[in-house]
Amino acid sequence: MADKDRRIRVDALARVEGEGAMQVEVRGGRVTEVRLEIYEPPRFFEALLRGRDFQEAPDITARICGICPVAYQMSAVHAMEDALGVVVDGALRDLRRLLYCGEWIESQVLHIYMLHAPDFLGYQDAIALAKDHPAIVERGLGLKKTGNALVSLLGGREIHPINVRVGGFYRVPEQCELNTIADKLKRALDAALQTVRWVASFEFPDFEPDYEFVSLRHPQEYPFNEGRFVSSKGLDIDVHGYREHFIEEHVPHSNALHSVIKGRGAYLVGPMARYNLNFDRLPAIARQAALDAGLGPVCRNPFKSIIVRAVEVVFACDEALRIIERYEKPPRPAVTVVPRAGEGCAITEAPRGSLYHRYRLDDSGTIAEAAIIPPTSQNQKSVESDLRELVQRSLDLDDEALTLRCEQAIRNYDPCISCATHFLRLEIDRR
Amino acid sequence: MTASVLVIGTGNALRRDDGAGLEAAREVRRAGIEVREAYGDLSGLADLWAGRQRVIVVDAVRTGAVVGTVHRLDAVAKPLPAIFSRRSTHAIGIAEAVELVRALGRLPRSLVVYGIEGSDFAQGEGLTPEVARATKEAADRIVQEARHA
Repeated sequence: MADKDRRIRVDALARVEGEGAMQVEVRGGRVTEVRLEIYEPPRFFEALLRGRDFQEAPDITARICGICPVAYQMSAVHAMEDALGVVVDGALRDLRRLLYCGEWIESQVLHIYMLHAPDFLGYQDAIALAKDHPAIVERGLGLKKTGNALVSLLGGREIHPINVRVGGFYRVPEQCELNTIADKLKRALDAALQTVRWVASFEFPDFEPDYEFVSLRHPQEYPFNEGRFVSSKGLDIDVHGYREHFIEEHVPHSNALHSVIKGRGAYLVGPMARYNLNFDRLPAIARQAALDAGLGPVCRNPFKSIIVRAVEVVFACDEALRIIERYEKPPRPAVTVVPRAGEGCAITEAPRGSLYHRYRLDDSGTIAEAAIIPPTSQNQKSVESDLRELVQRSLDLDDEALTLRCEQAIRNYDPCISCATHFLRLEIDRR
Repeated sequence: MTASVLVIGTGNALRRDDGAGLEAAREVRRAGIEVREAYGDLSGLADLWAGRQRVIVVDAVRTGAVVGTVHRLDAVAKPLPAIFSRRSTHAIGIAEAVELVRALGRLPRSLVVYGIEGSDFAQGEGLTPEVARATKEAADRIVQEARHA
């Protein structure tokens, strides 16, 4: 099989022509071409934001992704607060972290149970998994529901949360409202620990590319909302320096953009990058779960990102409980924000990686310019190089197995291709 | 018996015709019927209808039928056709959500799925004219069905 010319095509987003296609060409036993178009940058939303009031940004950007609206809200409010010279701290800052815990639980659990685990266990999808292992799937759905409950309470509703504003929230919860969720979170923490043990039992291909891992790093915390932007190869910058070190390159034959570190190229954001750069910031319970699962302080195998996600769910449950325990309702739901001309940026850690927002405001607080760089476009170049290497070393597999391996590899990154519309249609052409 | 029916609209209003299900649901709500909206991940669909015996879900679809066709499927009687699938790398859509609930034995007594055949799923707002007409038709049929069951 290795000596044939082959073309493998994965149409990941067939509902919208031209998006979400993956094509691999093999000539004479060598991979000659890997093209991946998995993500369309949110240019539509950047245009939609221009001319709108700064306070509309969290609600508008929340609509970019149905899975991680909180991440978009968080990067938006932090960037606006940067532009307007506002600092949100104390209980309001804690509530933002708590909201982020909810989204991490929802999103990481969805990916682990519904999308990635079936690949490892030889099931076509979560439905087939549920037929054989209903209790496991129910455990995942139950965990996810706890994340939903947090997002509903703090975000105002489960989808398109609307309670986040520049300066804080529109409404903050009473202590008793959080206490009702604490009991659910204690059960969720147990389920999260079981999840780590479950996914650690999977079999993983031997694959460890030499990534440059990039994520936020905070002096004390596992990163959600702030910190310096650091890498495993020595980058250590304030987020304001992002544009000096990272650029988006246009890719021929595609409307996708590839983010690169200037002078070095591809890099990796997401759970594995966060974990590797912040292992020492995880709470003891999450570190222990990771070590028990056989992960060291550094994980380089992207297939094992499923274990890292599960460890991050442990962290999110534990952190949420910690925040709830010390919560005292703040006197006001938001700090005062006065519009003015300015420019600001922020990076926060979406479940699938660092999410950069930058805004320029005029003196009335109207958005003159918006730039959004999501994790998926930052990872796109690494996904391509992973696929190139994986296909090259897996040419003995038949087309079906090879396609499955490619899909599984794409899912390692939990890419945001389905934020808007979603179909995964696979097709292999030989010639 | 109107109060016992729950209508769930799903889709993405910023992907043109993908918003047809949400628009139909809002139309149904204006007729006084209880409606919930869902967007993004639908794996928690069963939680939305928890405790309900009669559920109608409405969504945009692309099956290759004439644009503006209103499909009606009894999801309890048999699995939704694969063409209703929206499987992707990070969300599960209506067909998967329903089949997942079936696999877990949590289907309501009655579950009907309306699919509105769309054509334009590019970024942007507003339905194409045929789909807007179909959305109105779907909403009328859902209201009739909800009231006369």
